[in-house]
Amino acid sequence: MEAVREKATRSTAELVAVVEALIFVSDEPITAKVLSEILEEDKESIQAAVEALKDEYEGRESGLQLREIAGGWQIATRTELHDDVRKFLKTRPSAKLSLASLETLAVIAYKQPVTVPEILEIRGVQSASAIKTLLEKRLIVTKGHKETVGRPMQYGTSKEFLIQFGLKDLSELPSIEDFEDLVQ
Amino acid sequence: MQEHTEQYSFDFHRETAEIVAESRDELSIKIGEFAGPLDLLLFLIRQEQANIFDIPIAKITDEYLKYIRLMKSLDIAVAADFLVMAATLIEIKSKMLLPREPSESENEEIEDPRQELVDRLLEYEKFKSAAQMLYERTTVEEAIFERGQIESDENNAEISATVFDLITVFQKILARQKEEIQMEIHREEISLADMIRNLKRRIFQDSEVSLLNFFGEMHTKRELVTAFMAVLEIVRTESVKLLQKTTFGDIVLRRV
Repeated sequence: MEAVREKATRSTAELVAVVEALIFVSDEPITAKVLSEILEEDKESIQAAVEALKDEYEGRESGLQLREIAGGWQIATRTELHDDVRKFLKTRPSAKLSLASLETLAVIAYKQPVTVPEILEIRGVQSASAIKTLLEKRLIVTKGHKETVGRPMQYGTSKEFLIQFGLKDLSELPSIEDFEDLVQ
Repeated sequence: MQEHTEQYSFDFHRETAEIVAESRDELSIKIGEFAGPLDLLLFLIRQEQANIFDIPIAKITDEYLKYIRLMKSLDIAVAADFLVMAATLIEIKSKMLLPREPSESENEEIEDPRQELVDRLLEYEKFKSAAQMLYERTTVEEAIFERGQIESDENNAEISATVFDLITVFQKILARQKEEIQMEIHREEISLADMIRNLKRRIFQDSEVSLLNFFGEMHTKRELVTAFMAVLEIVRTESVKLLQKTTFGDIVLRRV
């Protein structure tokens, strides 16, 4: 394909096309930085190309969507098409996290880095097995020891967390104070 | 359901059905359990339609204890944390029953014994809502599919080896064996049973044995054949897996 043409000046359309190709083949959300390094284009052009591609997908109501996730870009199917896609892939919705795991994950996401005793303080219940599950699912990672009595391990969310929950970055999470309005 | 639970004015199963009907908390419905003592407490307060800032502590404590008793009768392991909360509730209840000393109440404002619990409940409820938000996000995310993985050597480190791969490795070794100058040294021939025993011991010691190395240690054709048969036998009878990391690469015996 176009790979042979090194450093050649690409037209906007060509840049959009090659950006689309790279996002398509990437296993993980591909960052603007990587795209700009590989294509030897400045970040602004990359950003513009990605935006153009995104608009194009939306404009023609494509079955695919371009999503910004975990600091990168990803091509995925449109939400509304899930029935047919699932029928073809013969998959069922995967096992959901338990309520305890979700709560623990919420505490970790908002309070990170956070220790087990701190999680217990908020949830009022042991979270050991939930933490184990979350570690196994790679949704959380250890973030070193806290320099306090007993040097407890601290936990934080992982990149996998952003990917699985469809988040651009942690700042995309609604503020924890916003949930206060829901209380009462 | 056992008869005696009826006296508690609710039946666990029927009650759960009512939770479905009444509560807007989808999470509890779906999972049908309480994530912890604070969760149960919030549910009871809501069920009583009580004000969280003015919890009818006697009534809620009673309800809480009933629930715990019920969980016991249903053979659910009542976690220590639920009991700690029960103790806390009883403590607050008893504090509230104590008459205040008039001298104190005049000078300084006495803190409501419920205050700490209310603070914890409010803090907890925020994270409960956050968990609900995460739950909703997973539901949306589950409807979105990315492209399946493109197969490459990198993301497919373990190609399961077939008998043919096994034979190929064996032939490689045989060929290598041919090249070496054979010296006739009479050593005692190892029996198949011994070979199997040796190989088994190695697999269980090292948990992983490279076939190239294993075959490489054999000195005669006869030993090699015995070794090869031992591998076949072990794969057939033991919980051992054959793994090949790259196409045409070494094959590894691994304990499952």
